[in-house]
Amino acid sequence: MRIWDLHCHPSTFGSEDPLKAMTDVVRTADRMGVERMCIYLGSLRHYDPNPVDLEDHNNWILRAMKPFPDRVFGFAYLNPNYLQKSLAEIDRCVRDGPMTGVKLWVAKRCNAPELDPIVEKCAGLKAVIFQHTWIKTTGNLGGESTPMELAELASRHPNVPIICGHTGGTWEIGIRAIRANKNVSIDLAGSDPSNGFTEMAYRELGPERIIYGSDSGGRSMGSQLAKVHGAEIPEGAKPLIFAENLRRMMLPILQAKGIRA
Amino acid sequence: MADYDKIDTNVYLSRYPFRRLPGDEPAELVGKLRRGGVERAWAGSFDALLHRDLATVNRRLSDDCRRFGNGLLVPFGSVNPAMPDWQEELRRCHEDYRMPGIRLLPGYHGYKLGDKAFVDILGAATRRRMIVQIVVSSEDERTQHPMVRPVDVSVAAGVDPIRSTPGARVQLLNHNHRTPADLAKKLMAAGEVYVDIAMVENTHGLDTLVKAIPPERVAFGSYYPFYYWESAALKVKEAALLGPQELAIFRGNARRLMGDGR
Repeated sequence: MRIWDLHCHPSTFGSEDPLKAMTDVVRTADRMGVERMCIYLGSLRHYDPNPVDLEDHNNWILRAMKPFPDRVFGFAYLNPNYLQKSLAEIDRCVRDGPMTGVKLWVAKRCNAPELDPIVEKCAGLKAVIFQHTWIKTTGNLGGESTPMELAELASRHPNVPIICGHTGGTWEIGIRAIRANKNVSIDLAGSDPSNGFTEMAYRELGPERIIYGSDSGGRSMGSQLAKVHGAEIPEGAKPLIFAENLRRMMLPILQAKGIRA
Repeated sequence: MADYDKIDTNVYLSRYPFRRLPGDEPAELVGKLRRGGVERAWAGSFDALLHRDLATVNRRLSDDCRRFGNGLLVPFGSVNPAMPDWQEELRRCHEDYRMPGIRLLPGYHGYKLGDKAFVDILGAATRRRMIVQIVVSSEDERTQHPMVRPVDVSVAAGVDPIRSTPGARVQLLNHNHRTPADLAKKLMAAGEVYVDIAMVENTHGLDTLVKAIPPERVAFGSYYPFYYWESAALKVKEAALLGPQELAIFRGNARRLMGDGR
């Protein structure tokens, strides 16, 4: 079965050198049967990166992905608090560079109007839009989005595919929050391998809106793969979740860039 | 990953209080474990998290372990040493139900490992030659139900009680990254202390663990059905351990902890 991982952070694999880190990711992915990986963030240091930080992050990812052009897909890190710089990074890294998506993290809540030009620009390029979300019992960070806020953004752009990162962590609420937004897919990555997560997602969203991701190296690839391998859902749904849903979303931009998929 | 017969030291019967789980019927749970190659599973009861009448919790656990699995399920009852007459619960677990150990839940039952309550029950269980499992964490605090938020157990306070209880056999369940390696080493130096791998996270998390602490103190535990059972098994695969180390984690270390080959 093909496995594409939507959510990898090579910078958390114990080396600050992008090539060494990425080599480790690929070695581990080989062991676990993972064929392709989407990667982003040059470190986990900057919650609200300034324009220089943004460039540094994205340059780190560009270096990491370079030796693996058909295996690793880079996403550009953006910060809506620096909108013009973010739009320029989309031009530099996606339109004119090898990246195929964007990563929005915790700098600004995603229902803010500054997100609209980012979504529109990405839609024009068919770039993947990945927005981190959490619903933390302990309280979210100031700029950390919830799936409810993502649903607001998605409602303003009903024809643009958007990915709900982590499904809000508290997935029983996250799944409900985006259920009505047919343009939103969920990311399984980066929460405990809680039994029933994938089953509920399958029941409420259907098999085509669920995308496998690991959030490695902050998470074990094994613990995250278990969310699909161990799920009590029809076996026919697993190839969709493991690879085909992401591949379908990415195919236009991959073909435009001449990347084999 | 070789298809070893495994001992899973961390499974639960009955109902998790906050959602139904696939596999929370004993027959389903046994089927899942058998398909994973589990020959023995040390089982506690989710009812013990919040029920006050632990006598009936432990009786149901004992009954279910007898009724399902043909000996696959080994009951570990729960005793709350902060409750009156806990000694009788411990006696029943040992004498009436022939349990080889108990599973303590300080995070839900409201005591610390430095408290007299823990010192007393550790001593009493050890005199009965019972294993004492301590549940360090039950769930990521970020996803807990907002009205019920048990705190993770600080295991540092357990070093002195374990050191001063010769013969104690202890396993920390859901041991996680919050226990730094130097503290884990101190615990293991204090007595016969093991950990399971259910909550060991990060890519290379298990490799790192077996380098940081004696690998013969690491036992397979899935925390099924709260977690997908495959999570623990795939973490072992990810770790790329040597065959003897893998075998020790899957069953050898748990057998040594049990002491009698059960």
